Amino acid sequence: MTYVGVENLIKKYGTEEAAVMAVRGISFEALAGDWIAFMGESGSGKSTLLSMLGALNTPTSGKYRVDGVDVYSLQQEERADFRRTYLGFVFQSFHLVSYLTVRENVMLPLAPVKIRGKEKKAKADEALARVGLDGKGNRLPNQISGGEQERVAVARAIVNHPPILLADEPTGNLDTKTTRGIMELLKRLNSEGTTILMVTHNPECAQYAGRVLHLSDGLVLQMEEAERKEGGNGRGLEERKGKTGLAADRPPVQLF
Amino acid sequence: MTIRDIAFRNLRRRKAKAAFVLVGILIGVASVVAFISLVEALTQNINHKLEQYGANILIVPKTENLSLTYGGLSLGGVSFDMQEIRQEDLGRIQNIKNAQNVAAVGPMLIGGIEVKDHKVLLAGMDFQVYQALRPWWNIQGAVPEKDGVLVGAEAARILDLAPGKRVRAKGRELVVSGVLDSTGSQDDQILFARLDTAQSVLGRKGRISMAEVAALCSGCPIEEMVKQISEILPGANVMAIKQVVKGRMETLDHFRKGSYILSAVVALVGGLVVLVTMMGSVRERTAEIGIFRAVGFRQTHIMRIVLLEAGILSALAGLSGYLAGLGAARLALPFFTEGHGASVSLDPFLAGGAFLLAMVLGLAASIYPSLLAAGMDPNEALRAL
Repeated sequence: MTYVGVENLIKKYGTEEAAVMAVRGISFEALAGDWIAFMGESGSGKSTLLSMLGALNTPTSGKYRVDGVDVYSLQQEERADFRRTYLGFVFQSFHLVSYLTVRENVMLPLAPVKIRGKEKKAKADEALARVGLDGKGNRLPNQISGGEQERVAVARAIVNHPPILLADEPTGNLDTKTTRGIMELLKRLNSEGTTILMVTHNPECAQYAGRVLHLSDGLVLQMEEAERKEGGNGRGLEERKGKTGLAADRPPVQLF
Repeated sequence: MTIRDIAFRNLRRRKAKAAFVLVGILIGVASVVAFISLVEALTQNINHKLEQYGANILIVPKTENLSLTYGGLSLGGVSFDMQEIRQEDLGRIQNIKNAQNVAAVGPMLIGGIEVKDHKVLLAGMDFQVYQALRPWWNIQGAVPEKDGVLVGAEAARILDLAPGKRVRAKGRELVVSGVLDSTGSQDDQILFARLDTAQSVLGRKGRISMAEVAALCSGCPIEEMVKQISEILPGANVMAIKQVVKGRMETLDHFRKGSYILSAVVALVGGLVVLVTMMGSVRERTAEIGIFRAVGFRQTHIMRIVLLEAGILSALAGLSGYLAGLGAARLALPFFTEGHGASVSLDPFLAGGAFLLAMVLGLAASIYPSLLAAGMDPNEALRAL
């Protein structure tokens, strides 16, 4: 059953002659546990698309449903609740709060939630353990490496166990080795059932996704899909290897 | 980690900005506290001084005659053949609504006697309250006992009286217990005896000619007190000594108004400092607010963070502003009172008021910045990173 449904999303900035179409009509669907990567050049509309999928930006037109919820019909405060409940964000430049410790950064999505402090701390420590950062909770972001900061960002994104993870160039600032570590982490989360919608420039990262949507000029130019593994999630690099050249085998899928 | 923790952490991180906001509110609150404390201390000081002037309410019998005296000149003899007041009626003054403002009630009986072939006034009075009613009196000798008499300076000179000498009045012999130093008033011309002695000598038992009331006037409702006394003594004419009271009230009112206007201006400037600083702080934190919004903070959560920070600083500024204002008032007071015993003391109501003022000032000035923060487009805010 469709978990995420995007229907003809259009985003126009400015008015009349000065109007710029950042997204010109994108549609796709995802099942729970899918991993979709959005690739494209700068200005192709992928970041605008991700901000709309994160309910941070409202499209000029189009529909976006998650788990049956019509996201854009929600009021501002309801959207905040939606983000807290359904989404986890992983940003390219980590976006950690510099004056909060690693643990406090991870606990941030829980701050407005009325649960006991001990429980919040336990959840944060559990998330940190999942990303391999146990024992570093009391450090400040500037006291850990870039790779570790990205792991903190992932831990913050998963601390309240959201069903969807939105990742914007999650390895953009990292070296190859660290990139692989982060991608393996995301792969593990995906295998545990988390739906991942990821923007990336990096083809190696995109190969972790079950589906790759190539964006150009605000449109989906091409779609690559890996073979579904029996039993569900976790379509990884190995599976994709047999499908390289998909775009060459068949004409690009011009959805709109 | 709660919204409150975030507010505290941010304050600790932005110490300079926090200090600036705190000082802005503190100066406003301290100014208000200093001015109010000074006004209160000066009010007490002025009241104290004015109370040295003695009685400020006169109770005289009602009469249909017009006064024939002006300044020190009298046209014809003063008539005392008017309706007298019963001494026992004065006790009712203790039952008026503002009885706590009554410092002393001095009944007085005045009548004419002849001493050594001179007509002179004999005034009977209660010497237990004379210090409250005539604090300027300086007696050479002692206050009179049952058969004693106190002689005004001019009367002593004309009648050649001195302490220990005897005076015969209406067949009764009285001993001069003391002589008043010159006061420059009518008291210099009069002989004073105890009220019961004078009533006995003048043959008017239980009667008095007039009464003087010394009212303690801190924000003195003197006109109200006059009304209240008039109601319980319908046969008497009750008058406030208006020049003293009016002058007192006007002086205090001018000082108070000036202080309040100045306080309001300083508080307003303090509020503007808070507004500008909080606006700057919010703009600096655009990216951070974007992160908060992205991870699911509601607009009200963002508002709460900003207002909590303002509230914490306001509370600190309220407490420290009160103490600073009190200190400033204490330092400034000697310059206004020339060291005449006025003091500035801890006032829990003023402390509470200062705290409230700080909270209102800080929070009111932070409402717009908090709305600005809450209204930030999270997408735009994240782009600021």
